[in-house]
Amino acid sequence: MSTESVTLTIDGSRMEVEIGTSLLEAARMAGIEIPTLCHMEGLSSYGACRLCAVEIGPPDKAKVVSSCTYPCEEGLQVRTHTPRIVNARKLLLELMVSSTPSSKTIQDLAAAHGVTQQRFRPENEDCILCGLCVRMCKEQMMAGAIDFAGRGPDRRITTPFEEDSEQCRHCGGCMYVCPVCMLRCAGPAADSTLCGGCLIACQMPVNTAKIA
Amino acid sequence: MLIGRSDPERPCITICTGTGCVAGGAGDVVEAFRKVLADHGLSRRVEIRLTGCHGFCEMGPLVTLQPSETFYPKVRPKDAKRIIEQTVLNKEPIEELLYRDPSTHEPIEHEGDIPFYSHQHRIVLAENGRIDPTNLNDFLDIGGYLALQNVLATMSPADVIDDVSRSGLRGRGGAGFPAGPKWKIASEQPAACKYVVCNGDEGDPGAYMDRSVLEGNPHRVLEGMCIGAYAIGAQQGFIYVRHEYPLAVGRISRAVQDARRAGMLGERILGTDFSFDLKVVRGAGAFVCGEETALIASIEGRKGEPRQRPPYPAVSGYMGSPTVINNVETWANIPHIINNGPDWYASIGSEHSKGTKIFSLVGKVNCTGLVEVPMGTSIRSIVYDIGGGIPDQKALKAVQTGGPAGGCLPADQIDLPIDFEALREAGTIMGSGGLIVMDESTCMVDVARYFTGFLEEESCGKCYPCRKGTQRMRELLEDICEGRGTMEHLSLLDELGATVNTTSMCGLGQNAATPVLSTIRYFRDEYIAHIRDHCCPAGVCTELIRFEIMADLCDGCGACAKVCPAEAIFGEKNELHTIDPNLCIKCGTCKDVCTKDAVLVLSGGGHEH
Ligand SMILES: Cc1cc2nc3c(=O)[nH]c(=O)nc-3n(C[C@H](O)[C@H](O)[C@H](O)COP(=O)(O)O)c2cc1C
Ligand code: FES
Repeated sequence: MSTESVTLTIDGSRMEVEIGTSLLEAARMAGIEIPTLCHMEGLSSYGACRLCAVEIGPPDKAKVVSSCTYPCEEGLQVRTHTPRIVNARKLLLELMVSSTPSSKTIQDLAAAHGVTQQRFRPENEDCILCGLCVRMCKEQMMAGAIDFAGRGPDRRITTPFEEDSEQCRHCGGCMYVCPVCMLRCAGPAADSTLCGGCLIACQMPVNTAKIA
Repeated sequence: MLIGRSDPERPCITICTGTGCVAGGAGDVVEAFRKVLADHGLSRRVEIRLTGCHGFCEMGPLVTLQPSETFYPKVRPKDAKRIIEQTVLNKEPIEELLYRDPSTHEPIEHEGDIPFYSHQHRIVLAENGRIDPTNLNDFLDIGGYLALQNVLATMSPADVIDDVSRSGLRGRGGAGFPAGPKWKIASEQPAACKYVVCNGDEGDPGAYMDRSVLEGNPHRVLEGMCIGAYAIGAQQGFIYVRHEYPLAVGRISRAVQDARRAGMLGERILGTDFSFDLKVVRGAGAFVCGEETALIASIEGRKGEPRQRPPYPAVSGYMGSPTVINNVETWANIPHIINNGPDWYASIGSEHSKGTKIFSLVGKVNCTGLVEVPMGTSIRSIVYDIGGGIPDQKALKAVQTGGPAGGCLPADQIDLPIDFEALREAGTIMGSGGLIVMDESTCMVDVARYFTGFLEEESCGKCYPCRKGTQRMRELLEDICEGRGTMEHLSLLDELGATVNTTSMCGLGQNAATPVLSTIRYFRDEYIAHIRDHCCPAGVCTELIRFEIMADLCDGCGACAKVCPAEAIFGEKNELHTIDPNLCIKCGTCKDVCTKDAVLVLSGGGHEH
């Protein structure tokens, strides 16, 4: 083992990876599928949707962590599909379809994970606060036009002071990465106009269910 | 006992000027004593000493006379003259002003004989009543900064870490991580810049032990932090205090200044090569800001939001440098461990939880206040021996531990020894030491609903299970409290609770379902009564109760009809009154004003939903 790599066990298979690799990346390299919503290659890890949760450590002292943010450690045991993890993912997806039923991404994930019932009071929220748009805007578009504001039920994504942002170049990157796809561009508009969809996105009240 | 610079026989009047006693009027009491002493020409002969909180605030303002140790609770300014003339000058206690035992009603003269104090084992709080926290000399008189001197003169950083590790001290802020190993990790980091932080955010509603230590004995906390900084090699530290604690902020800031002037902080401390300084930072207020990564973010000037660990602060904390963050009480224990040795400390407490812990005892208990006991003390001893039992001949129903994200234990668990492991196994947590006593008039479903709602509001909202899960649990609990619950609600709560606790990112979400899960575990019957019988056995959930006036008790005085805000009570003067269930809003005011106890709370909502 070189000092640049660590060896760990994922679902029983030993593997050697470069230091700094996340558990999620390592698992995916090994062909193990772990669902994610707030993760995207090229953007920093955020660990908010918790769908990528895995168990680490010896079984009697197992800890649950988000694999997208947890770095591979020497000798670590990782289990990605224990009953506890599978059930938790399923329930998280049930929570998500109940609150954000219009997202195709979420519907597909829920179906793929065997969510067949929906036991919570239906809501219709547009945003799951995964923060992909925030990171896209900041890290790839270097604009930083939008960010989180508020706490708990009031948390939302908005521009500074909730006003039109001078940093926003209407690039549409935020909409492109949004898993709820609410405002995906409907096609080119006339050359002379800006579609402005992303501008609306910046000002969208996020918790519409709260307002309604 | 006071250890004064001057003659220990010199009479001294100690008056508590902690936040509780000041709110109770201690300021006027101090003025009254000063004036009476001046009138009698005694200002030089008798000392007045203003101390920090003694932890018995409900009895405040507290006055203790030395050297006799005569203790007077709830002192009013007009008592000053008698106390000085009779007790100070003639050495006679005034019986009618003495504290009375809540069960026997016998007067008790000496502070140390009062059950509330005598059953405690005070280490951290012991000095609060003895010193004037704004006076560094008082602190030096009781051996203050000796531990620091000793450490700098005779111990290597590794020795200090070894002592702290061997003492078994675990963090008092909630998680119970061993302090020594945490320091060791930080000390082994190669970074040039390291930091220590004192977590004085204390966001749990009803808890005030950290405030009392910061207010009453600020130099102990500073001394502990200096020792920690020496051990890990830090040059700079922060004391983060909630901004709702203006007195604590003032006292600790003053202590920092005084210590700096006296050479206990700053460049070349006590003439050695060790330099270290401290900055006081005011907290922004949100509960979640007490979480260590959120707190560090907020010191850095960023939004106080937890981040995923690892890396832990001991590896990468303030500005990415190794940072040891400990709770106020943790820091305050350090000098005692150095002074008395790690073996002494490890001899107190239970097998895996050493030393003492301060609890904030509140709720339906005769004596509320701050209680410091060895780890492993039973809940029974705290509630009955120290707290004096449950008032109004009611029965104990539950004890809630661990703050808002803690759990409830039923009355049949009161022999449980309180330590980190035992509480975990019983389905609750130590948290920072909140203890709320609940009697039979408390509805456990309503308690779960209340705390879940609090956590929903206080969640930072970053991770999905914590934000959405608390909202959904609160909705399910509301359904049950309002009579819409089904047995599926109960199984869904169990399932959702487990998911929230296992998948959330920080300690808030990882315990956010504890109020729900612990009440379901121990009070399942009460949930089922709400669901199946549409009945709230404690008579709390308004949708499930109705008020009725008993014909044989009502004398028709009309007091209830007069106060009813819904005008739902009808009846002629001197005749039986009745409540119209369709108008009644179940506020209970009629029950409160009825002198004949004729208003009863009955099960069943009264009108169909
Ligand atoms: C939501 C939340 C709130 C917290 N609030 C506090 C607090 O008010 N005071 C405190 O000392 N620790 C608090 N903690 C614990 C800290 O994260 C951390 O564990 C502690 O400061 C470490 O010090 P200790 O080892 O001395 O306990 C909180 C943790 C969480 C998850
Ligand atoms: S403030 Fe006086 S005892 Fe607490």
